[in-house]
Amino acid sequence: MTRENEVILEVENLKAYYQMNYFGVSREVRAVDDITVTMRKNEVYGIAGESSSGKTSFIKVLAAAIRPPLRVVQGTVKYNFSNGPIDVAHATPEQIETVRWKHLSYIMQGSMSVLNPVRRIGKTFQDFAQRPLGLKGEAFEERVVNHLARLKLPPDVLRAYPHELSGGMRQRVTIGLATVCHPEFIIADEPTTALDVVVQKEVLQLIRDIQTEMGASVVFVTHDMSVHANVADRVGIIYAGRLVEEGPTRDMFFAPKHPYTAHLVASLPRIGDTQQRPALEGRPPNLADPPQGCRFHPRCPLAVDKCRKEVPPMEVVGPDHRTACWRWKDVEPLVNTTAPAGVMA
Amino acid sequence: MSTLLDVRDVSKRFTMGGLFGRKTIDAVMDANFSLSAENPEIFTIIGESGSGKTTLARMILGLEDPTSGEILFRGEKVDRHAGRAARLKFMSHVQPVFQNPFEAFNPLKQIERYLESTARRFLDTGDKAVIDRAMDEALQKVGLSLKEVRGRFPHEMSGGQLQRCAIARALIPNPPLLIADEPVSMVDASLRMSIVNLLKSLRDDLKVSVIYITHDLATAYYISNRLIIMQRGRIVEMGDARTVLDNPEHPYSRLLKASVLSTDDAGAGKLMTDAGMLDLATDSVGQAGRLVDRADGRSVRVYEGV
Repeated sequence: MTRENEVILEVENLKAYYQMNYFGVSREVRAVDDITVTMRKNEVYGIAGESSSGKTSFIKVLAAAIRPPLRVVQGTVKYNFSNGPIDVAHATPEQIETVRWKHLSYIMQGSMSVLNPVRRIGKTFQDFAQRPLGLKGEAFEERVVNHLARLKLPPDVLRAYPHELSGGMRQRVTIGLATVCHPEFIIADEPTTALDVVVQKEVLQLIRDIQTEMGASVVFVTHDMSVHANVADRVGIIYAGRLVEEGPTRDMFFAPKHPYTAHLVASLPRIGDTQQRPALEGRPPNLADPPQGCRFHPRCPLAVDKCRKEVPPMEVVGPDHRTACWRWKDVEPLVNTTAPAGVMA
Repeated sequence: MSTLLDVRDVSKRFTMGGLFGRKTIDAVMDANFSLSAENPEIFTIIGESGSGKTTLARMILGLEDPTSGEILFRGEKVDRHAGRAARLKFMSHVQPVFQNPFEAFNPLKQIERYLESTARRFLDTGDKAVIDRAMDEALQKVGLSLKEVRGRFPHEMSGGQLQRCAIARALIPNPPLLIADEPVSMVDASLRMSIVNLLKSLRDDLKVSVIYITHDLATAYYISNRLIIMQRGRIVEMGDARTVLDNPEHPYSRLLKASVLSTDDAGAGKLMTDAGMLDLATDSVGQAGRLVDRADGRSVRVYEGV
């Protein structure tokens, strides 16, 4: 697979907070706290993190769906689209309208709640895609049918209601909606969480195929590390609103440099292996009142005094590999895995 | 050897529609298995959505009547229409744990209220001290304590903690059998193993048998003793978990195993499922076949002329 090194998205020092002011009491939830990341063209970037880690808020900003009480406090989110660069964190709704669906699109979680249950699939396609595509009538229909064929969906689904389709087919329809305009950048938010193993693999394969075929970049969000292992080129781990580690998928799995990543990887059970799996105790921190220093320290087995006081900076630890941990040199894979040749130990 | 649970030739047929266009769906067909009372085990039911695994669980819980066949719990028939006292007695022996802990708990009530109502019913007492002790004991078993839980609402806890509370609630009457319907599918990956390890310790330390329903083969391999794999209502393979999953024989079991996302070649981007395997697995849908015992202790469904 050839990867162009052209950058499509640059996120710099992004801070997005939920600011609420009820009855004179103001509350601030720092859902995205100082995230800097770049994504390249033609790449699948996986974002992992547990619920309430701020990953959905981060995605909302990336998708330019910033609605109060979520506010971008600091930083920029710059896309380099073919029709010119745009900073979606500070763009006007009219500017965002020019890139929505055509350049920037979104595969949503829970296909049943995305598709309108009382409209036929064809109608939904019209609502979504007719304007950005600028096609009408038969030309539009033809385009949609061709696109559906690529997703191995028969043209009949356009006349079906969502409840008449199986879960896997519905998810393919939402992928179809997101990709019909050939966007350059696709955000996929847990697209396979509700699916069975067999169907899940099909859907992942499909997203991967569409991505290679169209040359788009995909941001893939899920908490399931085994999905990242098979889909992503690079993986970024978000914990409590911060990016804690980022690197090529292989390195993240076989030579993690952050204790949290090491835990996520180690807790995956495998067929053919009944070794006792460690479980991470404790709960994710409350983002309205995050712990001092490194936010992972209350649950971290390696925590020392320094971790409780000072925030670790992002350090480069290998090619394309960054981590935010004071003790990254002491992080070891928790479960014995045989790393294939060519992986930096 | 006495049996704890005996499922004999159980089938369930649902009828949909009215006078016209009546359609029947066989959700479960001829399910047969039994759990022993002496050796607690984790018995796993694996299958995709629509394979009948939840229907089977509902029948074991007595929430659904089997169309044919019978389910015996400690030699007595599980009967939805038994009297209230008999139902209560049965419920104190067989307890469910549901999939989504956020739905199991009332978001407007404190967590302990749900535990309290269970304790009140099964201990048949109004004595605060007795109820508190029962709740605390149950919570201790899952690694929590009443002190931590008291006064908190479901949204104040993580999914993993809440699922532990749900398991604690099920443990209040000290049941010998738990039925856990996809207990980890709604829980975050980092907390998932804590629930799975908990089920394991319930079996090993408290001698509770667990029927673990899932579509996740990896956790099934990790904790279960025996398993059955279901496809469209039929058991297609049954036997020791390790034997079956190390080397599945039925085409559908093989497809399931091949669909598990492996992390061994992380980053290589391999996703292809063998198309032949998929065809082979779907071929067997709708064929009756019969279960045959193999030398290594498993049973596999085989089809005539194959």
